[in-house]
Amino acid sequence: MADPILATDGLGLSFGTLKAVDAVSLKVRRGAMTGLIGPNGAGKSTLFNLLTGALKPDAGTVRFDGQNITGMPSDRLFALGLGRTFQIPRPFARMSVLENVMLAPKGQIGEAIAGPFLFRGRMQAQERDIRNKALEVLDFVTLDALADHPAGQISGGQMKLLELARVLMGDPKLILLDEPAAGVNPVLTETLIGKIEELNRQGTTFVIIEHDMDFVMRHCDPVIALAEGRVIFEGTSDAALTNPMLLDAYLGATTDE
Amino acid sequence: MIGVISYLVFFATTASILAIAVLGLNLQWGNTGLFNGGVVAFFGAGAYGTLILGGTAQTGHLGGYGVIYPLALLGGMAMAGLMAWIVGLLTLRLRHDYLAIATFGVAVAFENLMRNAEWLAGGAKGVRGFERPLRAALGDGFVYNLFFFAVVLLVLIATYVFLQRLVVSPFGRLLRAIREDEEAAQSLGKNPARVRLVAFVTGSVILGLAGGLYGTFYAFVSPQDVLPTLTFQIWAMLIVGGAGNNRGAIFGAFLIWGAWTASGWALSRFAPVEVQLYTGSVQFILIGSVIVGMLMWRPQGFLPERLVVSHKGTTQTE
Repeated sequence: MADPILATDGLGLSFGTLKAVDAVSLKVRRGAMTGLIGPNGAGKSTLFNLLTGALKPDAGTVRFDGQNITGMPSDRLFALGLGRTFQIPRPFARMSVLENVMLAPKGQIGEAIAGPFLFRGRMQAQERDIRNKALEVLDFVTLDALADHPAGQISGGQMKLLELARVLMGDPKLILLDEPAAGVNPVLTETLIGKIEELNRQGTTFVIIEHDMDFVMRHCDPVIALAEGRVIFEGTSDAALTNPMLLDAYLGATTDE
Repeated sequence: MIGVISYLVFFATTASILAIAVLGLNLQWGNTGLFNGGVVAFFGAGAYGTLILGGTAQTGHLGGYGVIYPLALLGGMAMAGLMAWIVGLLTLRLRHDYLAIATFGVAVAFENLMRNAEWLAGGAKGVRGFERPLRAALGDGFVYNLFFFAVVLLVLIATYVFLQRLVVSPFGRLLRAIREDEEAAQSLGKNPARVRLVAFVTGSVILGLAGGLYGTFYAFVSPQDVLPTLTFQIWAMLIVGGAGNNRGAIFGAFLIWGAWTASGWALSRFAPVEVQLYTGSVQFILIGSVIVGMLMWRPQGFLPERLVVSHKGTTQTE
């Protein structure tokens, strides 16, 4: 693959004797919607946390957009253009939806303690721009009517949209979504995936962890499959459907769900 | 009549000084979610720092630097800030109750150091020999107290305005995000460790400011002024007033200090003699009950934190 946006080489992390992620080498194609699948406990979320800086690997490297980002904390990764959402939404509950979104932009003058006093004019001008952009983004994810609501009091599906909105404020090149459809009602899921596909057409790369095989087959291509911490399949979604190893490891495991 | 007014001025001065301290704690706990269980150490650092820097020469311990008053007060604040910076670097990785335990320990260590290190700050006898600013011109009476109250009130207002401006700024937003979910804030490009340290130091500098004014007011500070009781009182003020709300912090300070003073007076006046012996203990029970009761029935306090509404409806494009 020429110029992958994200590539790992021999990435690994063990918890005691358990190799949660075991020598994972994979490439994420720029501009694609890559699905990351695997049965429960396959190491998907751990891999995600390694890619987004929430956990540090004990082996291997990660490269993002041509740069070695192994072990870099998530705040620096966000600044480089790598955003993520969480499996269980993590809104700033006692802040308004709008405030949640306005937090994210980089380089805010008023974030320094002296900012509101020394650079008041510039700060206010910047705040106006950020607010306008936040309202646009909220409009895009259909949450504009909830802008002044406490973020802890919106539905789970709306929280997933809110997380997407927050991430979008950083103009990311790559967004990693951890089970965007889990626990969300079908109507909101359609809204969410519609927005994701729209962003993807505009050039944002996505990696999506998802349990729902139908969802992955409909929306993601290519597909990467993990089992027991290892990559067992990397290829198109069509090929994934007929891959015997994948059927065995993944679909076999899902029959009892 | 003049006696009542004089007492009210005295009461309001003390309550205002405590209100400044509660505002400092509010920045740490109310806005940032930092459980500072050692409030009194930073309050004390401000008081000791101010008196040692601005006081007359003392035999046997530090002092007599004769720094002019505003600088002495700033020096006291700097001591509190420096201590917070060191404590912060060591403990801010800790969360919630662990941070509370660690900072509580710092405060107990501070009190013991002050009580035992005579060469440092006079040990149990405390620091005396402090000339209150402008005393020569205004004397020691009612006029001076009125003047001092005016100064304290101005400082309280300035502190309130300063914090209020921070709260509605992106800085305040950042503090709240760290309070609500540090990991999520970090995933959005923020550096939680730095933000926590800045909030902890700034809040402690304000605690030091309150301590410095307190020491100035009494022209004396001793280990008895830095007992854990004061930490609990300041916490009670914030919880009752409303954590996260600066007006609530001030309201809580006046309310709890009023209740504390009134309960002491009522106990000494109406309680049976046997109970009067334990006035202090009864007051501790009362303040503990107030904290517990408030946390059970109205945990958000009398003036709850309000959602930041400064952005509401403005520059809406629809």
